[in-house]
Amino acid sequence: MASTSSGLMKKIRLAAWAAIAVLAVISGVHLLGEAHKAQQAGRSLPGAAQIGAPFELTRTDGARFSSTSLAGKPYAIFFGFTNCPDICPTTLLEMTNHLKALGARADDLNVLFVSIDPERDTPEHLKLYLSAFDPRIIGLTGTLPEVAAVAKSYRVFYEKVPSKDRSDYTMNHTASVYLMDKTGNLVSTLSFQEPEDARQKKLENLLSR
Amino acid sequence: MMKSGLRTMLGLAGLGLVACSFPATAADVTIGDLVISHPWTRVTPPGAKVAGGYVTITNKGKATDHLVGGTAAIADHIEVHEMSMDGGVMKMRELKDGLEIKPGATVELKPGGYHVMFMGLKSGPVEGTPVKGTLKFEKAGEAEVAYDVAPLGAKSAGGMDHGTMNHGTMDHSKMDHGNMNHDMKMPEGQHGKH
Repeated sequence: MASTSSGLMKKIRLAAWAAIAVLAVISGVHLLGEAHKAQQAGRSLPGAAQIGAPFELTRTDGARFSSTSLAGKPYAIFFGFTNCPDICPTTLLEMTNHLKALGARADDLNVLFVSIDPERDTPEHLKLYLSAFDPRIIGLTGTLPEVAAVAKSYRVFYEKVPSKDRSDYTMNHTASVYLMDKTGNLVSTLSFQEPEDARQKKLENLLSR
Repeated sequence: MMKSGLRTMLGLAGLGLVACSFPATAADVTIGDLVISHPWTRVTPPGAKVAGGYVTITNKGKATDHLVGGTAAIADHIEVHEMSMDGGVMKMRELKDGLEIKPGATVELKPGGYHVMFMGLKSGPVEGTPVKGTLKFEKAGEAEVAYDVAPLGAKSAGGMDHGTMNHGTMDHSKMDHGNMNHDMKMPEGQHGKH
């Protein structure tokens, strides 16, 4: 009795594992097919298509900036704020170094730094702050709703973190640099935690697409 | 000829490393059971209102202590913060009860992790001019410190610049060799020949 039921259990378990294996293969093949189709069509990876949307913000010289001016060139876009002690100046310096390393090819790339703290980051303040970095980095700010809309379209998270007993605050925010191709599709992201040469290679790949 | 040239070069490199191994910074500060080593900060972009302060603290005592605050001459006030990465999101958190330093533990405040945040900068740190301040501990009390100033974006007290380099605590595996060779150039492929 006991041996029959355990034999049955074994069969059921085997059948379940087989079903899981078949499902895994099917979904894997499907994903590969999608990625292949996307590549052939010159599109970015599946699921990445909805990153970014047309936007208007304000440049550091006070003029308006429209994302339509980005068409035809790949671009790197990242979000931060000037009251940031670590990751924002570090990322800006790294982008400055990458642009220098790219040499003349850097002219084929737009680099955008969008403030997610527009209340403090006025165009004038952003201009002063960015003067320490490559002048080709385009600093952008705007109204709170404008910035919120751009951040949302890039799926960038940000929030204010008030300090203990003062009226001051700092910010949590997505730190990735988004690499977008010349048609505005997300190709890859850069993280400050990955090695510098890996980031440089991604930028070179972006420019050779 | 080639060989002796190489030997001289390696010898010089060796001498260079020995020379560099003496700390270039001010001596450690001891307060109570705590040893405070290598306080440093870095140049900020113009107009910046904040900066990060970094330091290594060792607790040689038998009781837990907490870094709870302090002062910095260039800032309105300072706070003790933790930075962390959570799925691509940089998170900044004030440690409201201070930073715990357990008996026997060494806690390193460094970029990407724990730091002292200089808030409301009156002026930015200047390379070569140490930033004076204090670090306040729950039990040990308040210690006077002077932060060495590294260049903009430096990832360690000395990774970028020989002038402010401090090999005392340097992790050689993380050393950026690309920036190391300005005064001791090695021939290409030298490792392959030996």
